Amino acid sequence: MRDMIPALLPAVLALGFLSEAASVASAQDAVRGERLFNACLSCHDVGEDAKNRIGPHLNGVFDRKAASVDGATYSKAMKRAGADGLRWTLDTLNIYIENPKNLVSGTRMNYRGMRKEKDRSDLLAYLRQFSVSPANIPEASASLLQQDAPSLHEETYLDGDAEYGEYLSGECTSCHQSSGADKGIPSITGWPQPDFVIALRAYQKGHRPHPVMQMIAKRLSEEEIAALAAYYKDQN
Amino acid sequence: MILNRRRFLGTAAASAALLSSPVALGQTRPRVVIIGGGAGGATAARYIAKDSAGAIEVILIEPSRTYYTCFFSNLAIGGFQPLSKLAHSYGTLASEYGVTVVHDWASAVDREKKEVRLAGGDAISYDRLVLSPGIDFVKEAIEGWDVTAQTKMPHAYKAGTQTQLLKAQIEAMPEGGTFAMVAPPNPYRCPPGPYERVSMVAHVLKQRNPTAKILILDPKEKFSKQGLFMEGWENHYAGMVDWLTDEFTGGVQRVDPNTMEVVLEDETIKADVCNVIPAMQAGGIAQQAGLTNDEGWCPIVPATLQSRMDDNIHVLGDATQNGDMPKSGFSANSQAKAAAMAIRHALTGSRAFKPRFSNTCWSLISTDNGVKVGASYVATDEKIAKVDGFISQNNEDDALRRRTYEESLGWYAGMTADMFG
Repeated sequence: MRDMIPALLPAVLALGFLSEAASVASAQDAVRGERLFNACLSCHDVGEDAKNRIGPHLNGVFDRKAASVDGATYSKAMKRAGADGLRWTLDTLNIYIENPKNLVSGTRMNYRGMRKEKDRSDLLAYLRQFSVSPANIPEASASLLQQDAPSLHEETYLDGDAEYGEYLSGECTSCHQSSGADKGIPSITGWPQPDFVIALRAYQKGHRPHPVMQMIAKRLSEEEIAALAAYYKDQN
Repeated sequence: MILNRRRFLGTAAASAALLSSPVALGQTRPRVVIIGGGAGGATAARYIAKDSAGAIEVILIEPSRTYYTCFFSNLAIGGFQPLSKLAHSYGTLASEYGVTVVHDWASAVDREKKEVRLAGGDAISYDRLVLSPGIDFVKEAIEGWDVTAQTKMPHAYKAGTQTQLLKAQIEAMPEGGTFAMVAPPNPYRCPPGPYERVSMVAHVLKQRNPTAKILILDPKEKFSKQGLFMEGWENHYAGMVDWLTDEFTGGVQRVDPNTMEVVLEDETIKADVCNVIPAMQAGGIAQQAGLTNDEGWCPIVPATLQSRMDDNIHVLGDATQNGDMPKSGFSANSQAKAAAMAIRHALTGSRAFKPRFSNTCWSLISTDNGVKVGASYVATDEKIAKVDGFISQNNEDDALRRRTYEESLGWYAGMTADMFG
C-alpha cells in the first residue's frame, strides 16, 4: 500500500472497506442463519450432495422457478404458482418464509412462518451461499430486508359483512366453482379467514404472479376482502 | 330446492323484505321474465331465483332444450373438445332453483301491456323483463349470403349444428384445398373468436392436410390478441395462414354459395370451405321490441343494465351497446349478476351494492398453448368503462401457456356451473 501513488489511495481504501464490511456482515448473518436452518432440516437439505426430502433441496434456490426441482414432490398449488411465473428471489423468499401462505395458499410446507425480519435476513444470508451465481441474487433488493416485509402477513382483518361478501362472490364464481371443484382453477371455498385475506393482499401487491387475480384484487378494499373472507369461510 | 343454511337464511331475509315491499304486499309475488337462456339469461335466472329464495317468480323463455355454448365451440372444431361436452340442459334451473323454463320462441314484446308473446300463442306478463337475445346477422350484409346459404357457407357463430357442419367440411377438404373466412366488421360477438377459429382450423389441417391454405378476408385493420395469434401462426402453422385486409383486397364484394366463390375487387377466390361471419346486430326480439338504436344495438344504463328506452326492461350481453365491455359470454355473465341485484332490489327491497364488472377471454392457439386477455370495468353515468386490464405476453414459456389452457378448462366448468347450476 505504501508504494502506491497517492492519487489512487482513496479509491482503493474505499473499495477495501466496502468489501470487508459486506463480508463481515454476511458472515455473521450466515452463521446465525445456519443455526436457524435447523428448523428446516427435517424437510429441506442443502449443501454438497443435498437430496430432496419432504421438500426440495435448496441448492441454487435463488432465481429458481417455483416447483422446478427434478424428483421433488410439490403440491398442486405450488406447481400452479410456478407455471404462473413465481420465481424464488430475495424478495419472494422473504415473503414466503415469513408465512408460506402469503404466496401459495395450498402449499405442502407445513410451517407457521418466521416472523422476525432479522431471522429471515440471516437465514437467507446462509441459504444464498448455496446458490452458484451471485448474479442471480439481486443486490438491490437487499434493501427490502432492511424494512419489514409488506404488511400482508399481519393477521389483522376486519370482521367482514358476509352478505356483502355473497354479492361480491359473484365476481369469483365466473371462474371459481361454488361447489369447491378444483380443476384448472383452485377452489376458494371453506378457507380460514386469515388465509383468504393474505392471499388477496398478496395479489393486490403483486407478490403473487397471476394477472387476472392481480386485477381483481387490486380494486378490492380491505372491507371487501374481509367481506369475501367472511362469506367464503362458511362455503363448503 | 335444497335448503342449506344459507338458503334458509336467505328465505328468512327475503320474507322480511317482502313484508315491507309495496309491490308484493298482499299480492302474488313479483314476476321476472327472461328471454334467452345463454350466458346472460341463464345466469340472471339462476341468481334472481337463488338470491330471492322464492320471493320472485322467475320464468325463462328459451327455444332450445339443449343449449350449446358458443364459447369453446372453436375447440370442438379443433378436436380438443367433443361437441357433446358443450351441451347443457335447463333441468337443474327448474329442479333446484324453481325457475319456470318455457321452451318456446318469444315472438314479440308488448311494452305497454308488459307482456311477452310466444310463438306457441301464449302471452306472459312481467313486472321486469330481462332480454338476453344474443346476436343476429345483419340482413344483406354480404351480397349473395343469407340464412339459406348457411349449409354451403356456414357461419358457425351460433354453436351446435353449424359447428358440427363446419368441422365436417374442414375434415373433408381436398388435399391442398383452400379454407376462406369472411371475417366480421366491429362490433361483433367474441372479438378473438374468428382468429382462435383460424388457429383451430390450422391445427386440424396441419395434421390431415398440411398443404391446405387458410385465407382470412378481413374488413378490419387490426384484431383482438393480434400479436399473440400472429406469433402462434408463425410458430405452429408457418406458411398456412394469410390475413388479408380490405386495403389489400378491396373488400369482399359478394359470395356465391353455389360456385363457392368469394368475389374481391380485382380477384375471385375459389374456396373449398367458406366460413362466412356476417356483420351482427342485437337479436331480432330486441329490434322488434324497439329497444335498439340506429346501429342495431341496445343502449343501456350502465349500473343496472336497464334499457335506455324502457325502465322495466334490462338488456344483457352481446345485444347491448354498453361502452367498453366486449361481447363475450363472460361479460354477459358478469352483467347478469349486476342486473339480478338491481332487479331484486327494485322488486323486494333487498340490499343493493355497487355493481362490478369484469371479463376474461381465453383462446387456444395450438395444443396446450392458451392465451388470455381481460379487463375490469366500472359503471359511470355514460358507459361501462374500463378500469384496468391485462393480456398474455409474446414468448411466454410452455408451462405458462399450458397452465393458461388448463385454466380455461377450469373457467368453462365454473362458468357453466354459474349459468346452469
